[in-house]
Amino acid sequence: MHIPDGYLSPSTCAVMYAASAPCWWAALRRTRKKLFGRTLPLLSLFAAFSFVTMMFNLPLPGGTTGHAVGVGIAAIVLGPWASLLAISLALTIQALFFGDGGITTLGANCFNMAIAGSFAAWGIYQLVSLGAKAESRRRVVAAALAGYGAINLSALLAAIEFGIQPMLFHDATGTPLYAPYPLSVAIPAMMAGHLTIAGAAEAIMSAGLFSYLRRNEPALVGIASPVAARKTARSLCGALALVLLLTPLGIVASGAAWGEWAPRDFSDAAARAQIAAASGNSAAPLAAPSGLARLANLWTAPLPNYAPHFVKSGPFGYLLSAMFGVGLILAVAWVALHFTQSAKQRSEQ
Amino acid sequence: MSAGVLSKTVRGFTNALAQTLVSENSAHVHGLLQTLDPRVKLLGLLALVVAAALSRRLSVMAALFGLGVVLAVASRLSLWSLAKRVWLVAFGFTAMIAAPALFLTPGQTLYTLPFGSAAITEQGARSALLLIARVEAAVTLSTLLVLTTPWMHLLKALRTLLVPVEVIALLAMTHRYVVLLTETANAMFESRQSRMVGRLNGHEQRRLMVNTGGVLMSKTLELGNEVFLAMQSRGFRGEVRLLTDFRLRARDYLVISGFAAAVVTAVVMGR
Repeated sequence: MHIPDGYLSPSTCAVMYAASAPCWWAALRRTRKKLFGRTLPLLSLFAAFSFVTMMFNLPLPGGTTGHAVGVGIAAIVLGPWASLLAISLALTIQALFFGDGGITTLGANCFNMAIAGSFAAWGIYQLVSLGAKAESRRRVVAAALAGYGAINLSALLAAIEFGIQPMLFHDATGTPLYAPYPLSVAIPAMMAGHLTIAGAAEAIMSAGLFSYLRRNEPALVGIASPVAARKTARSLCGALALVLLLTPLGIVASGAAWGEWAPRDFSDAAARAQIAAASGNSAAPLAAPSGLARLANLWTAPLPNYAPHFVKSGPFGYLLSAMFGVGLILAVAWVALHFTQSAKQRSEQ
Repeated sequence: MSAGVLSKTVRGFTNALAQTLVSENSAHVHGLLQTLDPRVKLLGLLALVVAAALSRRLSVMAALFGLGVVLAVASRLSLWSLAKRVWLVAFGFTAMIAAPALFLTPGQTLYTLPFGSAAITEQGARSALLLIARVEAAVTLSTLLVLTTPWMHLLKALRTLLVPVEVIALLAMTHRYVVLLTETANAMFESRQSRMVGRLNGHEQRRLMVNTGGVLMSKTLELGNEVFLAMQSRGFRGEVRLLTDFRLRARDYLVISGFAAAVVTAVVMGR
């Protein structure tokens, strides 16, 4: 997943540096006060630790071995901001000193693994372990999921960066100038290895290290007090509310997402042109494939295209759909939690 | 099997330590790049890497790779060692990734395989060659920077790219403890290997690796506290200062002009 020099166009690299820079700046600002204390050596040593654990050959079920990045445990122990700095430091040393990952692509690698990875790992851990007791097994599962989710999100971002190269950067003859595979090839190729081997390595390492630290250094993995748990829940709810309010931004994106075409798009000239442009200039079939045409009307969604028919305003309809979706997920999670806790209480009795 | 995983990990650590030593040694050889101001080298070689990334012509990438080879020879670096550690590794990795593009990239058929109906397209072949050439040129130039510059000088030179002083201090400490922790982890695995007579199953191997990671993390945190106390006792009050004694000389100005000319030529010719 360490993207070497030459795979991404300079403009993609510049965009990824530009996307990473504010995160580095904010992380430095947040930790700068603490840097005067123990954080300076702690961050450096944690970065060095992450670097060394990346060299561990972890045996996986099935006889193969994998390497973990260590972003899961770093986010749990240090929090997302310090974790993104520590992993960025480790990636910088790898790129500059050991040639693992490129210099021009360092912004992209740090964004994928250190920034997105740290926030994903921290968010997943907080969400899954919310309200769990210190000795609860759910915390270990949360650590494993944090590592697994983080590494797969990083891989997905890397695959998207690879996949957009041939669409955006090709010469007059159609020759891709950088990474040559479109999204339809890059995403499955990248995710196959990460959903299985790399994801398993990260999950095992995160869960194993979490268990070890909970036994031997419990303060480090921040077994939250009820007050802290309430604070975390409040901040998660705040973040969720903010994201909900921003959902109407989704309307700004024009055209259909790749692969999400309706049968009627195949007979519409403008839509066909969009499909061809998004598919490496491969012309779409003249009619919708028979399977697609047959199955497209199998299920009629109650809120089609995120636009409830009783709401006139597009942005409000979008917001209402997002609230409905989030409410549905929370309700399912609450029911699942209720049943799990009831079953546990019964087994304890 | 268990010994295999341990040996593989130990071999990885040994290679990393060996690479550190090789870099430190080659950075002190009296060659062309070693005697230059690190800021000139950093900016010049990075600009050449960017020029390689911008280039759309094979000939320009080959020329940049050739320039890298000439600089390596002038800096008294072993070409055999470069070929073994850098060129072959980069070629193998990139060729493996680029090979399917020969068949998957849509375009004019160049050659149809005698078995099956798979065909190599002209666009696919060109795309694979471009990728390999660009990676080889970029990797060669960035490796030259690392092999000819002591790590501390390289970090100080990063100030010219406006990298904050705290980040440079963090990178310097991280590098120092990467070496120390690699040695510690290596010793832990070697001692375990030397005490092991039986074979471990998969579950036991995973437990061994994770527990070693846990012990290493405990040691890391303990070391962090000790380092902080040592820093405090030596007067650390939160301010990081870098001692920079770089001074540009006549030959540095000459080389800056050479780098600038090469970069401009590569960017213009590579369009």
